[in-house]
Amino acid sequence: MTLDPSYLEYSMRRRGMDHDSYPYSALPTRPPLRWPGERLLLIWPVISLEYFPMVPSDLPFRAPGHMQTAYPDYRHYTAREYGTRIGIYRLLDAFEAVGARISVACNAAIAQRYPALIQDILAGGHEIIAHATDMNAAIASNMPAGAEAAIIGEAIETLHSLTGQRPRGWLSIARSQSFETPQLLAEAGIEYMCDWVNDELPYTFATPAGSIVNIPLNHELSDRQIINVQQQSVDSYALQIEDAAAWLLAEAATGGGRMLPMHLTPYIMGLPYRIDAFDRLVERLAALPAAGFATGSDILDAWKAQQ
Amino acid sequence: MTDTQVSDPGLYDYAPWRERPRLEWPGGKSCAVWVAPNLEFYELDPPANPHRKSWGRPHPDVVGYSHRDHANRVSHWRMADVMSKHGFPGSVSLSVALCDHIPEVVDDAAQRGWEFFSHGIYNTRYSYGMDEAQERAIIEDSIATVKRATGQTIRGWLAPALTHTPRTLDLIAEYGLDYTCDLYHDDQPTDIRVASGRLTAIPYSLEVNDHYGFFIYNMSPREYADTLIRQFERLASEGEKSGTVMCIPLHSYLIGQPHRIGPFEEVLRHIAADGRAWIARAGEIVDSYRAQTGEAA
Repeated sequence: MTLDPSYLEYSMRRRGMDHDSYPYSALPTRPPLRWPGERLLLIWPVISLEYFPMVPSDLPFRAPGHMQTAYPDYRHYTAREYGTRIGIYRLLDAFEAVGARISVACNAAIAQRYPALIQDILAGGHEIIAHATDMNAAIASNMPAGAEAAIIGEAIETLHSLTGQRPRGWLSIARSQSFETPQLLAEAGIEYMCDWVNDELPYTFATPAGSIVNIPLNHELSDRQIINVQQQSVDSYALQIEDAAAWLLAEAATGGGRMLPMHLTPYIMGLPYRIDAFDRLVERLAALPAAGFATGSDILDAWKAQQ
Repeated sequence: MTDTQVSDPGLYDYAPWRERPRLEWPGGKSCAVWVAPNLEFYELDPPANPHRKSWGRPHPDVVGYSHRDHANRVSHWRMADVMSKHGFPGSVSLSVALCDHIPEVVDDAAQRGWEFFSHGIYNTRYSYGMDEAQERAIIEDSIATVKRATGQTIRGWLAPALTHTPRTLDLIAEYGLDYTCDLYHDDQPTDIRVASGRLTAIPYSLEVNDHYGFFIYNMSPREYADTLIRQFERLASEGEKSGTVMCIPLHSYLIGQPHRIGPFEEVLRHIAADGRAWIARAGEIVDSYRAQTGEAA
């Protein structure tokens, strides 16, 4: 099949990006950031709390971690529930042992189904951010009109009513967005999203409804990528996180404050044979001079104050 | 494609690894080492090519696009600084539209003394299905764009996203390009049969490409670093008989991630300190090969 002549036309070939959502910016050219407490590195854990309905919806796509066998897929349904019953508590214990406050990206269904867990997260002083309604609520641009806005609205309103706090942050399932998502999030009052992984510091993302901040949640440093996708051990994971922390701390000494995102999944990291190594990693990170743990809102506020 | 398909492309003669004529690299080095950063631009919403999808998800593929955009905002600078620190110039596989979109990155590479060759217009526009006029257009665009942006005349080609047509090699030779990075049959340069001109295949690598390391073989950063050192050690050793070539093809959005760049720096430190490496640009390696093999190798 030959190509239409339009295949060699490049209507967006111009200075800067091929869209208007954010301007090009090279990180080394930006004024150095200063984090509170003279810290050079803010470590930002984000735990995803996910509810997988045993009947998956493949519209627009099946979320990572979702059901895999013919119905009834008890094995994946319950293995994911292990994370929300036990794994999450092991992770919270690891962070609370070092006095860390972290972010939890929570499906609204978790707040509806497991209010005791929500109370424990809030009692620990952690931040809850919105993460769609459940794991059938993925977003992409081939959805029916209105479906995406309904997911975003329901997720935010449910968390607001059940936690007493309006979520400031949003993480999409699989970080997947449509072209409208940033605008819909801004209209819903969300202050920051975590989906775009093109930077290592917050930056402003323009939408027709005003701007929203993107705080990049590095997917390559997630437990899902390193342990599930790349099939590496928890010891290798810990080494990689520490190599990243060491590099970023060195860079921060001359380049200004850096951040290290740690995206975590309770049913992956919260298993008995992995969690001891993870506990020790958190202890070592907590002992790093000039580093500290932060929530997404902590990072957002510190960054905004310097813009 | 309407072209006749052949089972044997007839690119080169068979040449057994034993008893090769001796190649010697400048300074008596046994292994020519070149680093090939891919400096790329991927489009958020490219038109469809019927032979290959650009993105795995409906546009916008946020992770796919933004992961690659990390290169130009963050990780190019990190990778390039480490290369410069240890004395490794780049031979750049360039999406030439990057010259228009983000000249900051292209200018930085040029100022570091890096060489540019074409990797197509965008890494989201594929050669599959192009007719001859269309393929000539992207070659001419590549030559003109890089000349305008950097003053350099490109000498090489790595097909955009490794998409070829049966005409590509003849065409780039006709336009005077000296080398292709698209053929993986050897650890030494090889002259390729083309309709006119002279075209040399320089060893590039898929096997030790960082994309393969991290996404095909799922290596940890330290495993990948160890892989590169083993690759170098063997090629430097065998190169004592007849000089070998090792290419390290990189994507800064992969190697420049904060958990990978430290182990990678140790690889460059190791190779630079070894003493057997001729650290060179692609064009210099092709020139040395041609100087030793004469007109018709």
